[in-house]
Amino acid sequence: MSLLDKHKHIETNASVLLALSFVVVAIGGVVEIAPLFYLESTIEKVSGMRPYTPLELKGRDIYVREGCYVCHSQMIRPLRDEVERYGHYSLAVESSYDHPFQWGSKRTGPDLARVGARYSDEWHVDHLTDPRSVVPVSIMPTYGFLKDVKIKEQDIEALLKTHRMVGVPYTDDMIENAAADLFNQADPDSDYDGLQERYSESAQVRNFDGQADVTEMDALVAYLQMLGTLVDFSTFEPLKSR
Amino acid sequence: MKKKQKKTDADYPTTGHEWDGIREYDKPMPRWWLNTMYITIVWAIGYSIAYPAWPLLSGATPGLLGWSSRGDVKAEIARVNAQNAEIEAKLLATPMENIAADADLARFATAGGKAVFQTYCSQCHGQGAQGFKGYPNLQDDDWLWGGDIATLETTIRHGIRFEADEDTRYSEMPKFGEFLEHEEIASIANFVRSLSNQEHDAMAAEAGTELFAENCSSCHGDKGTGDREQGAPNLTDAIWLFGADEGTIEKTITFSRFGVMPAWQGRITDAQIKQVAFYVHQLGGGE
Repeated sequence: MSLLDKHKHIETNASVLLALSFVVVAIGGVVEIAPLFYLESTIEKVSGMRPYTPLELKGRDIYVREGCYVCHSQMIRPLRDEVERYGHYSLAVESSYDHPFQWGSKRTGPDLARVGARYSDEWHVDHLTDPRSVVPVSIMPTYGFLKDVKIKEQDIEALLKTHRMVGVPYTDDMIENAAADLFNQADPDSDYDGLQERYSESAQVRNFDGQADVTEMDALVAYLQMLGTLVDFSTFEPLKSR
Repeated sequence: MKKKQKKTDADYPTTGHEWDGIREYDKPMPRWWLNTMYITIVWAIGYSIAYPAWPLLSGATPGLLGWSSRGDVKAEIARVNAQNAEIEAKLLATPMENIAADADLARFATAGGKAVFQTYCSQCHGQGAQGFKGYPNLQDDDWLWGGDIATLETTIRHGIRFEADEDTRYSEMPKFGEFLEHEEIASIANFVRSLSNQEHDAMAAEAGTELFAENCSSCHGDKGTGDREQGAPNLTDAIWLFGADEGTIEKTITFSRFGVMPAWQGRITDAQIKQVAFYVHQLGGGE
């Protein structure tokens, strides 16, 4: 065969060898990766998933900024001990609006994929302010300063637009009202009907940190309190081949 | 008989490469090495038939064995549930009050309840159920809503001020800062401290007596002993959820406190709720 006759030429010519090696490796990559983009079974069909609300997205930014992912994963693996401790194993669809995703298996702290609605807002504030006050053996740093940093609306539209650029289905309506939604979610006395219309009833509206101002603490707690609460598992039927 | 001659190096051809007098033999791969490689190829083909592997147009081949990681965890959980099925059914059928009478059932409920407690409850109530500031101690006999086992079960099932649960418990102490002067609140705080014989300003407490009767007694009782129907704490027992000092009590009266406990129904199973209620009940304060 002609290619085999060229063996010596390929092996003695570094550039050709490099180029052809890349082709061979790329075939492996394409076979393993490309199907994930078109196979319908990759992303489960579930009800309840929605993009993050502006406040939650802001909280998520703070989560990433403070490096929470260094110790906490958001991926419950399909193993009995994890399912019994943290809840139903994570689905791919639950990370579909995560940029970047928060998967991982190194856990210095517990997995947070389903921490939402598990503790009270006060607990989160107490725990973030002084983790040792509720978990004496905790080695988590303190984040009390979040209570003193007011949320600013200036970049919230841009933040939503950026996420839309990478595929999160934010509508024009959501982007237009981003600033209002950002503050209304932390104020139960506000007119938050529009927020829940845009993001569904699963957008929890409370004064998360108990302070009058809308702070980074509000945002982070709002984010933590919705983690893993969206998918309705009563209607979820896992595919046989997964 | 001619013995088979072992080949010497000289019998092998060279690749023809030569550099500074060094030449390279062209020897075949060792047999064992080649055979091992052929076996791995056969193994890989068999593996990709037996297990999920090849991506097709609408899904991947499921594999003849029908294996899946999600199936594995389902089977593993089913196996453990099956082990406990008998005693769990018995637990569900037994009224809370009668669990203690059956030693097997009590052991099962305590062990399971402890696991549930460590997983879900200890973050607020503490590893040893000793509680923290704002999170009640479950070992003592001071209960906001009652310490009998049925009440505990209801509290665990529906939570406290957990809006998502319709049957959750609510106690709404008004924020007295909105309609009382600071001085009045201070006298009430002194009166409240006098109820449990703690150091207080007798004059202020005297002034607080009437204010207490007017504003507080409808929930906390004439003598301040509380009302479990409304979740109003007993103020005479010197056990404090948020702190005993005058400042803390004043703060509580001024702004009120609204602790929240999540409802566990739906998140954990009915059997787990019974187990953890039983566990908490036998910690020391159960009634």
